[in-house]
Amino acid sequence: MAINWFKYSSPTTFYGLAGKMIPWFAIPAAILFAIGLYMGFFVAPVDAQQGEFYRIMFIHVPTSILSMFFYLIMAGYAALGLIFNTRLSAMMASAIAPTGALFTLISLLTGALWGKPMWGAWWIWDARMTSQLILLFLYFGFIALHASIDEPRRADRAAALLAIVGSVNVPIIYFSVKWWNTLHQGSTIKFSGTSMQITMQHTLLTMTIACWLYAIAVVLARVRSIILERERKTDWISELPEVRS
Amino acid sequence: MKKSTMLGLLVLVIRRDLVLAMRRRADVLTTLIFFVMVVSLFPLGVGPEMDMLRKMAAGVLWVAALLSSMLSLGRLFSADYLDGTLEQMMLAPQSLSMLVLGKMAAHWMVSGLPLVLMAPVLGLQFDMSVQALGVLMVGLLLGTPILSMVGAIGAALTLGLRGGGVLLSLLVLPLCIPVLIFGTGAVEAVTSGLSIASHFALLGALLILALVFTPWVTAQALRISME
Repeated sequence: MAINWFKYSSPTTFYGLAGKMIPWFAIPAAILFAIGLYMGFFVAPVDAQQGEFYRIMFIHVPTSILSMFFYLIMAGYAALGLIFNTRLSAMMASAIAPTGALFTLISLLTGALWGKPMWGAWWIWDARMTSQLILLFLYFGFIALHASIDEPRRADRAAALLAIVGSVNVPIIYFSVKWWNTLHQGSTIKFSGTSMQITMQHTLLTMTIACWLYAIAVVLARVRSIILERERKTDWISELPEVRS
Repeated sequence: MKKSTMLGLLVLVIRRDLVLAMRRRADVLTTLIFFVMVVSLFPLGVGPEMDMLRKMAAGVLWVAALLSSMLSLGRLFSADYLDGTLEQMMLAPQSLSMLVLGKMAAHWMVSGLPLVLMAPVLGLQFDMSVQALGVLMVGLLLGTPILSMVGAIGAALTLGLRGGGVLLSLLVLPLCIPVLIFGTGAVEAVTSGLSIASHFALLGALLILALVFTPWVTAQALRISME
């Protein structure tokens, strides 16, 4: 049986599919968030060194991991859009950007909230925090460039090129910031050597999956809005039941 | 018509842009004056203690160089875009990447090189040692071309947009952070008696990387902006 791989690469078909997929990601995300938060607040034991404050980690670590990861996914979709000239890929890239920026922001804020009691300062020019801040700038650049070009096709392609250039730069920036930090004798507090308790690991895993599923659901919902907005002049949109009513 | 080689084309574009820049000397000077002014504002802002100024000199000069190169980037393609020359360049049978490289080189000579030459004078205001000044200059010499080249991508992407100047800085400045780090790192290394070889090697590597990829990427960006 021949599978048409490109069937869902058109906004028309993907719009319906995305609508059907959203509950499959949103509901498990809500359940896992509930479980993860319960475990994080009540089940996971108090840390010997950090006391109660370490619980911030359960939201800080998943958002930090995903923020960097989403930039690469976004750049991947952007590259697909440039190579195959598929409109949907570009729409996906611009749907991912706000979620990626949000996760980066959450990761920075929770980092600051954790840093105050632990390091005694809201902000430390630690290599990871600094590169996270730069990542936020890169997300802002992508969103700002896309927003300031009126013609959607040019906006998609220009932002896509920027995302690709940015993703090539991400490792360079990361390592340069790391070396800069060791040069300037940054903070000496590190996580190395501390083995995590098994409940904490499970909680962290649950929260990571929950964040991931939430992000997918939100991105799908956002891409549906983008499709509606961009294709509003087409016939199939005007025949949709939710548009007609 | 004489058959133009790649190198001939490059020289032609550079010469043309330099002539154009010399006809509007005020633009070149404004960038330079901006650089001097930003650097001179720092001691007024943080106080005249020489120990502190000596420590921050390299960082201040580099950040000021970064900002003033952003200032001139908007002009890289805009004049040619407005009078239609850019469109003709894209229709030309010669490689657009080569033309872009020529424009980048000319832009650096007009906006980057003056900063490199001006930097030691400003460094003296911050009481930098002769050795540190030399390292700063070599660092700027290696680094400012990268700023022009990476900046050209941003200039091409924001071509003809409203509020392009601010947007351009927003896009390009994060990408220039590694240059800033290694450029200031070299000065810091020499003042604390460490080897500067690694910093210059990394700056050189970035320069080569930019030299290979940015003209092509900028050409693609121009095609996106012009279609």
